[in-house]
Amino acid sequence: MSLYLTALLAIMRRESLRFLQQRSRFLAALVRPLIWLVVFAAGFRAALGLSIIPPYETYITYEVYILPGLCGMIQLFNGMQSSLSLVYDQEMGSMRLLLTAPLPRWWLLLSKLLAGVAVSILQCYTFLALAALFGITLPPLGYLFVLPALLISGLMLGALGLLISSTIRQLENFAGVMNFVIFPMFFLSSALYPLWKMAESSDWLRDICAVNPFTHAVELIRFALYQQFNGMALLWVGLSFAVFFGLALLGYDPAHGMTRRRRG
Amino acid sequence: MSRTGMNTLEVSDLSYRYGEKQALKDVSFRLHEGHFTALLGPNGAGKSTLFALLTRLFVSDQGRINIAGHDLARSPRAALSKIGVVFQQPTLDLDMSVMMNMRYFAALHGIKGRDAARRIDQALERLDMRERAGERVRSLNGGHRRRMEIARALLHEPAVLMLDEATVGLDFKSRRAIVDHVHDLADAGLTVFWATHLVDEIRTEDADSDDVIVLHQGRVLAHEPAADLRGTQSLADRFMEMTDTESPADAETIESSAEALT
Repeated sequence: MSLYLTALLAIMRRESLRFLQQRSRFLAALVRPLIWLVVFAAGFRAALGLSIIPPYETYITYEVYILPGLCGMIQLFNGMQSSLSLVYDQEMGSMRLLLTAPLPRWWLLLSKLLAGVAVSILQCYTFLALAALFGITLPPLGYLFVLPALLISGLMLGALGLLISSTIRQLENFAGVMNFVIFPMFFLSSALYPLWKMAESSDWLRDICAVNPFTHAVELIRFALYQQFNGMALLWVGLSFAVFFGLALLGYDPAHGMTRRRRG
Repeated sequence: MSRTGMNTLEVSDLSYRYGEKQALKDVSFRLHEGHFTALLGPNGAGKSTLFALLTRLFVSDQGRINIAGHDLARSPRAALSKIGVVFQQPTLDLDMSVMMNMRYFAALHGIKGRDAARRIDQALERLDMRERAGERVRSLNGGHRRRMEIARALLHEPAVLMLDEATVGLDFKSRRAIVDHVHDLADAGLTVFWATHLVDEIRTEDADSDDVIVLHQGRVLAHEPAADLRGTQSLADRFMEMTDTESPADAETIESSAEALT
């Protein structure tokens, strides 16, 4: 077991060092949700009236509503960023170094995943602290309760990134991920508007949102921030994680995925 | 320590296809323990594919690979812990220090704490790079980076050191230094497997001849001491003669598939 742990810690250390070295990445990861919070939400507050829905017990401002969604956004971007760095690792060869370590592949990939999640949780807490500075605060215990939720949602979004990285072989293809994964997942979710609001405009849009795993990740975070447990969301996020991670393992299995994708 | 006669690599009846294309066909050999064996083949011969299979980046259902007594398919972890690999592409984190790169690798092989520090210290000492441990890898030249990768691949004391075209992109002097360095390692008793397409990296003198495995179009054409293989010719002429058949049009693409996939 010590071998497993040693490798996990080394992988986490490498990822966090790499992250801290890229100050611009850290900054971007924070500025993005802050812009949404400060600029977008301010403008939207006027346009959107929110009634009381669980887990909220009073009327809330729009800034308060989108806070969990922006945490989800941080993790979504982080998951895709990790995926990007995996593709980079594949092109640069460091992926080989990892995969030839004398450990089961699922553990190596899970370690990589956990390292990414740790970074995303760090980002989320920094963001929540900055939001608090702007006066958008949460119940104090919520900051603690959200930790397991962020872990699970981070794992799910990271596993999605891992899956994508196992199907994409070149960095150039990555712009597509932005268009076809990040944007739809984010906009077709409960991150920016509650689902009942979505249903007012279109029922099938609402249905798409309701099956989007990102919606459930956001709801899991939202409920946890108010010290509530959303079992349905947990189930969805957990299932999505299992599916994404399972497929990613298949993609990285030396006997399967790799050999099928070849050039020319 | 492994038992005598175990510090080697044995491949039997190994075949591999990319879809329709046969990349390797019935490849069998056993490395001479404590010796330098060159895997010589033109581009597209299947060297990279063989390396991907030996390091379990690919898996083939035809044939067996045995590393220091461990079957790679049945006990992959035991087998992988017995090889040190230097890939053709550099696998260093350029923006991290020499020390961090070494520590990361050591930890992936379960070596940590004081043990790791001691081994890394020794490795850097041998390379004369001890005072550069804190420097970023980016500041090292190509030759130093490669030597560092070789030292790193030996941290866990593998039974076999495998290098895939390790001198690619180096200038003549650095290339010479790396080739000599790895020969020294073999002279000290390490089993070395060196893939190359450059004949001048192989020692052909009778006294200290390397072994050569000639791989061409996915098949082993010869496996014998370089001195015997060349006879009275130069090894370069002999190699040209042996591989001077029309190479299949897709040889290039097979090799580049292996590149793209690993």
